[in-house]
Parts: sequence; structure tokens; C-alpha cells
Amino acid sequence: MIFSAVCHAKDSYNIYLTEPTIKFKTIYLMKNFQQEDQEVLHKESGILTARLQRRSFLQYAGAGAAGVALLAAGCKKDDGSEGLRLGGVNLGSGDVGILNYAYALEQLEAAFYDAVVKTPYASISATELSLLTDIRDHELAHREFFKKALGANAIIGLEVNFKSINFADRTSVLATAKAFEDLGVSAYNGAGKLIKSADYLVLAGKIVSVEARHAALIRDLIENGTFANAEVVDSNGLDKARTPKEVLTIAQSFITTVINASNLPS
Amino acid sequence: MNIINILEEIEKVDGEVYERLSPRRAAMKQFYSFGSKVAVAAVPLALGSMFKKAYGQSTSTVLDVLNFALTLEYLEYNFYQTGLNTAGLIPAGTPAVAAITTIRDHELAHVNLLKGAITASGGTPVAFTAANFDYTAKGTFPTVFTNYPTFLAVAQAFEDTGVRAYKGQAPSLMSAPDVLQTALQIHSVEARHASHIRQMRKAPAGGGVTALKPWITGANDSGVPQVDAVYKGEDNVVQAGVNIPSLGVSTAAATESFDEFLVKADVLAIASLFIRS
Repeated sequence: MIFSAVCHAKDSYNIYLTEPTIKFKTIYLMKNFQQEDQEVLHKESGILTARLQRRSFLQYAGAGAAGVALLAAGCKKDDGSEGLRLGGVNLGSGDVGILNYAYALEQLEAAFYDAVVKTPYASISATELSLLTDIRDHELAHREFFKKALGANAIIGLEVNFKSINFADRTSVLATAKAFEDLGVSAYNGAGKLIKSADYLVLAGKIVSVEARHAALIRDLIENGTFANAEVVDSNGLDKARTPKEVLTIAQSFITTVINASNLPS
Repeated sequence: MNIINILEEIEKVDGEVYERLSPRRAAMKQFYSFGSKVAVAAVPLALGSMFKKAYGQSTSTVLDVLNFALTLEYLEYNFYQTGLNTAGLIPAGTPAVAAITTIRDHELAHVNLLKGAITASGGTPVAFTAANFDYTAKGTFPTVFTNYPTFLAVAQAFEDTGVRAYKGQAPSLMSAPDVLQTALQIHSVEARHASHIRQMRKAPAGGGVTALKPWITGANDSGVPQVDAVYKGEDNVVQAGVNIPSLGVSTAAATESFDEFLVKADVLAIASLFIRS
């Protein structure tokens, strides 16, 4: 087994095996198992071991748990920079990976609107400033929610790159806002089927419709009536859906920190 | 804890784990439609119900959702179609005509898409015409097709309900990932509609409801007390156990930043007000 570790924050870590990837997930699994699911193992041991010997199963579990402990210890003193050199910020796998993916996008949006509201474009109307401030608050709520919900699994704060945006210019700001909102909608639409937990799916649903409300408003500010035009809604009446890879390829040009999405479900 | 992940992971080491649990591997896969929120103690019970689901009920669950969605799309499509056909209702020569036409076109596209999907899955699509609907909601909105602001107020209720309805059905579609994605792609279009209709209502011609925002603030911000049911629970500020105002945003922003779902029964209770019995 070849181990490598990415330390995301001072108090958190993420691990993966370059090969075989199967066993990485098993380590996660067994970690959960140990913390919460020993009872299940007991109760279900009858069926679980019908043909798979209980002893070999538990040996496997033990190996995985030991691996976690080893790598966790190795990460404790890390400040995160080592992990970045090893291949960027790793979003992780499974639902945690998808939540980190959403967290990354919300970080990007929140940082953007924060800058918009702090240095509004020339002669902004009170109405537009109020609407953009609302959106800033929503993205802040989303970002902080994901951070809190992910806890120790949360990725680090990303460094953004807004060099291409002219914050003094309404056209530049609204065009970027439109791109971010449409991208966000397509990201959540494409990620829904990758989520395993019904609770997280509903949460993503609660957020994506708010992003769609933003997208429509921003589009209407640019040109009234373009809230759902053919650029974003096809002849079947469907909004866009993009894979994480497609989304991150677009988003990465606004993010300095390299994002490693290789362990996300697909 | 997540029993589905556990079973998946075991499968990678022991490829026959599903067969150990069930003679039919497919039966285990049905467990997905269940979601993963199963308490530890409930696992044996859940396994039992899972087997019941495996024998034919999963497809019907998805078809039920699609027909439920189709009902709502018929309700919306016929509403906008009737509005566009009513001379003098939507101010001629204004952007409102194009906006309502765009929305009408999307609702018709959704009707056709869902009808096709239901038929292709071996189901029977529900069928509604304009004559099946009573857009006055049994007299609650007598001027729905004669007063433009009333028309928009009802439109807002339909769009916001649609968003909540699709959201609430997402977990029931987890066993059919492609259908789930399509439903999500409709869901966000309904939200775009809702955003625009709300902006239309702010304009003087649309009723001048200036306090309205493109997003939902608190419980029932529509200014129409008769549609309280549409916004039930929208003032929720706790998401997955996290109190959103405690993260540093106002209560208003906390309610706006997360749209809530509605369960099917609540949506049908709203829709039934507009369906002739």
C-alpha cells in the first residue's frame, strides 16, 4: 500500500491511498464503524459472517483503524502547506467530498460578493446595493453553514483570484455574478445524484433554488427578461447540470488554491 | 452512521455481500431509495421493509412522483396559457408578455417531458385540460384573470409551491439518478420563474408590492394571507442542526438563504384548491 496524506487544516486531516483506492474508503468506513457502529456489527454479525469469516473481517478492520491513527498522528503538526504541494486541497470522497465541493463554490461566491459590497461599482443604485448585499449575506450563510456542518472534514479557506474583475465597473461585476450564479446552479444540479444521504440532498436542494433566484435576478439586472433564457434553459425546459470536473475547470480560474477533486464520486 | 456506505465498502472486499444479505442483489440496491437516515436500532426493521420495496414498488414510487409533478405542471401551464389568451390581462406592449410567454413555454416543455418519461417507464400519465382547473380557487381569487396584480400574485404562489414540491420529492428519486437530475433541472427553472414573477409584482403595474424580494423572506412574504400554506415553514432558521443566525447573518437573511421543501400532502392540499372536483 502506498500512503499519502493531505493535511487540510491544523486540526483536521484527510487521507488517501494512491493504490488501491478501495482501501482508502475502507479506512473511513472502519473509522465510522468504530465510533458509532459497533452495535450494528454485533447485531448483524450473523448475516455478515455467513460466508465471510468474522475473524478475517475484523482483522481487516483493525488494519484500517491503525492506518488512520498513524496518518492522523503524522498530520497533527502540519500547517497545510505540505498538503498543497502534494496535489492541492483534497475535497475528499463520498458525501464529505461533495459537501466540500459545495463549500469551495460558496467560498468563491461569498468572497466575490463581499468585495462587491465593500467596494460598490460607480453610481450603484440603492436598490441594486440592497439586492447585492442580500446575496452576499446568503452566500455567507451558505459558506459558514458548510464550514460548520463539515467540522474537522472542512477544507481550508481558499485563496481567490479576482484579477480579471473590475469591481468599479457594473458590467464587469454583474457579468461575473451571472457566471458564478449560473455555474452554481449547474453545479448543484449535477451533484445531486452523487449525494448518498437524503438529508444532504435536500440541503443541496434548499440552496440551489436560492442560487437560481439569484441567477434570475442578476440576469434581469443585466437585461430584463433574461432570467431563464435559452442560454441556460434548453428546449425541454431544463436548467443546466454540470459535473464537478466541468464546474471546477471553470471555477479554478478564479481560485489560486489548487483544488483536487479526484476522490469525488462520479 | 451510514449503513449504505458500510454495505458498499464491504462489497469491495467481499463482492458477494449483497447475496449474503439477500438472494437478490437488486433488492439491496433498492435500499438507496430509502435514504440513509436509518437509526441503528431500526436496521433490522429497515432491512425488512427494503425487501418489500424490492418487489416492484420502487418503479411505482418514481412514477408516482412524476405524475405528481405532471399534475403541477399542467396546473401552471394552463394558468399561463389562459392568462395569455385573456385579452387585456397582461399589459400589451410591455416586457411582461414575453416573460409570461417564456414561463408558459417552459411549463409546456415540462408537461411534455414528464408525459414522455412516464410513458417510457410503462406508466400512465395523468391528463388535465384547462377545464379541470378553477384558478379562482373556489372563489378566493375571483379576479385572477381580470386583474393583473391578482394574476401575478397567484403566479408567485404557483412558482414558489413548485420549487418546494420538487425539492420535497428529491429523496424519493434517489433510486433513479437520471430522473433525479432531470427533476433538479426543472426545480431550478421554477426558482428562476419565481424570482422573476416576484420582480414583476414589485413594478407599479404588477401591484407595486415593493417590499417583495426575489427570494422568500420569513413566512409568507407575498402579502396575500390566503396563501399562507404555500409558505408554511419558510421561516425556518435551523439547517441540519445549525442555527444560521448564529453564523453571523440576520434572521431575515437566514430564512432567505435556504428554501424549504413541502411534503406531497401539503402540496396536494394547495393544488386541490385549484382543481375542480
